[in-house]
Amino acid sequence: MKSLGDALFPLTPALSPEGRGGAQVASGAAVPPAGPLLRVEEIGKRYGARIGCAEVSFDLWPGEVMGIVGESGSGKTTLLNCLAGQLAPDTGRVMFDTRERGMVDTVTMSEPERRMLGRTDWAFVHQHARDGLRMNVSAGGNVGERLMAVGARHYGQIRDRAEDWLGRVEIDADRMDDRPTAFSGGMQQRLQIARNLVTGPRLVFMDEPTGGLDVSVQARLLDLLRGLVREMGLSAIIVTHDLAVVRLLADRLMVMKDGHVVEQGLTDQVLDDPQHAYTQLLVSSVLQV
Amino acid sequence: MTDTAYNFAYLDEQTKRMIRRAILKGLAIPGYQVPFASREMPMPYGWGTGGVQVSAATLTPDDRLKVIDQGADDTTNAVSIRKFFERTAGVATTEATAEATVIQTRHRIPEVPLTEGQILVYQVPIPEPLRFLEPRETETRKMHALEEYGLMHVKLYEDIARHGQIATAYAYPVKVEGRYVMDPSPIPKFDNPKMSDCGAIQLFGAGREQRIYALPPWTQVVSLDFEDFPFEASKADAACDLCGAENSYLDEVITDDAGGRIFVCSDTDYCRSRREAGFVGAQGEEQVA
Ligand SMILES: Nc1ncnc2c1ncn2[C@@H]1O[C@H](COP(=O)(O)OP(=O)(O)OP(=O)(O)O)[C@@H](O)[C@H]1O
Ligand SMILES: [Mg+2]
Repeated sequence: MKSLGDALFPLTPALSPEGRGGAQVASGAAVPPAGPLLRVEEIGKRYGARIGCAEVSFDLWPGEVMGIVGESGSGKTTLLNCLAGQLAPDTGRVMFDTRERGMVDTVTMSEPERRMLGRTDWAFVHQHARDGLRMNVSAGGNVGERLMAVGARHYGQIRDRAEDWLGRVEIDADRMDDRPTAFSGGMQQRLQIARNLVTGPRLVFMDEPTGGLDVSVQARLLDLLRGLVREMGLSAIIVTHDLAVVRLLADRLMVMKDGHVVEQGLTDQVLDDPQHAYTQLLVSSVLQV
Repeated sequence: MTDTAYNFAYLDEQTKRMIRRAILKGLAIPGYQVPFASREMPMPYGWGTGGVQVSAATLTPDDRLKVIDQGADDTTNAVSIRKFFERTAGVATTEATAEATVIQTRHRIPEVPLTEGQILVYQVPIPEPLRFLEPRETETRKMHALEEYGLMHVKLYEDIARHGQIATAYAYPVKVEGRYVMDPSPIPKFDNPKMSDCGAIQLFGAGREQRIYALPPWTQVVSLDFEDFPFEASKADAACDLCGAENSYLDEVITDDAGGRIFVCSDTDYCRSRREAGFVGAQGEEQVA
């Protein structure tokens, strides 16, 4: 645990502003062409007789952002929770490219190992900030928690890192010792993002990160997310109702209906030339507004 | 005189066996909280029913019992518990730390170093050190099982962020043998170092919360801290006004209506034996030999 913490700690400040992970490979460094970061195979989850999601398969490559759209009840959250280890799927495998052992099925790995991933290489941004924050702990403490969880034991350094991250999500340093209860919804969501990204995760899961926010607040958050994704070369899976969100953030898009993936492809292709009747309806209903 | 209406030390033999099993398990896994079926005792919970049950299961007819509350043998709580065991077990009692074989305590560890052959029984109100930030019992159990103790440092971080230093003065969390994080009961942090490498057996009983935990002799106990905010076993910066002791934990006592106050040893037996040995503090009177 300590050794992983030590290994992680120096990683994050060195995050290159060069852009997506894919670009690093292309730049001709001695990095071997890696396989997918995440390989999802035939994931299915039922709630009794009701289908949550079924037969979902896809690969996520390093540095790639996958958007998942679909109407309410189509299985987006169910799928995301299965992928992120928050819900046990009934069928299928979720292979993740771990640091130590390469591709490992996170569904069947031991719980300690999965929880370790959950606070190091994975991050989860909840729709409701209060589900992802400790509301009785200061903003600085919220950001510092993941650092302390992997062994950081120097108060001054933890504080510096927290301050740096609050700055990156546009929260004033003088709000650092305030609790999230004193923050607006948009600030809480930005704090949640900082808290998740501070350890330099390799894969971020987001469930409606802009949901429940005012339109102008949404726009600012989206801008910020886009900057972070580009700057850190984040790999991410983003669930949303909002096609504008995927247009801005996602390289690829998956459209879900009744628990099934009905169409997937490059975001622009899917949005500009939808093949499936349901996707056509989804796109037209939004774009005509 | 033993009150013959009761079994030796009040509890029936079967209950004592159950408690002893919990104690032995606790000794085998230092710092681990062992659940036990706490019994109703003829006193309210706040009076240390957990400690009383552990003492009852530990006492033998040959033992000599000492009971202290905040370091003093003559406070109501200490006197009642001592009388209780005088009546129900008929054991000898003493105020001299070195002569006692079993010492039940609330809020202090005696100043005289404890030795092999002695048993120190702590009364514990809240055994779970993680409770402050994580109210879910299922979650705290998992955190102990998986050694996920980052949250403990979040608590210390919050302390420093709010007060400029680690303001926790009582129940200061410790790590036992590099494994379990443990609440030492509300002893002042001044006493924390005495728990480590101690010759006596240390037993902790929480009645309301139904938990027993233990430290076998010569166990390593380390107080949690940050590299740049190291643990300090602090006490009032003064000497005892009665016996002149400079290294004992002091209580501040108001002596008159005019705001007069003196510092005296909280360990009354320690203070008295020093005065009997001829030590005199600033306000003390020479003892007539
Ligand atoms: N805990 C549950 N118990 C029973 N059924 C559930 C549960 N959670 C989800 N479902 C059902 O599973 C299906 C998929 O739900 P899910 O929450 O994954 O959809 P979603 O696409 O995230 O919807 P939304 O956009 O409203 O958040 C729905 O039919 C839903 O009613
Ligand atoms: Mg949902």
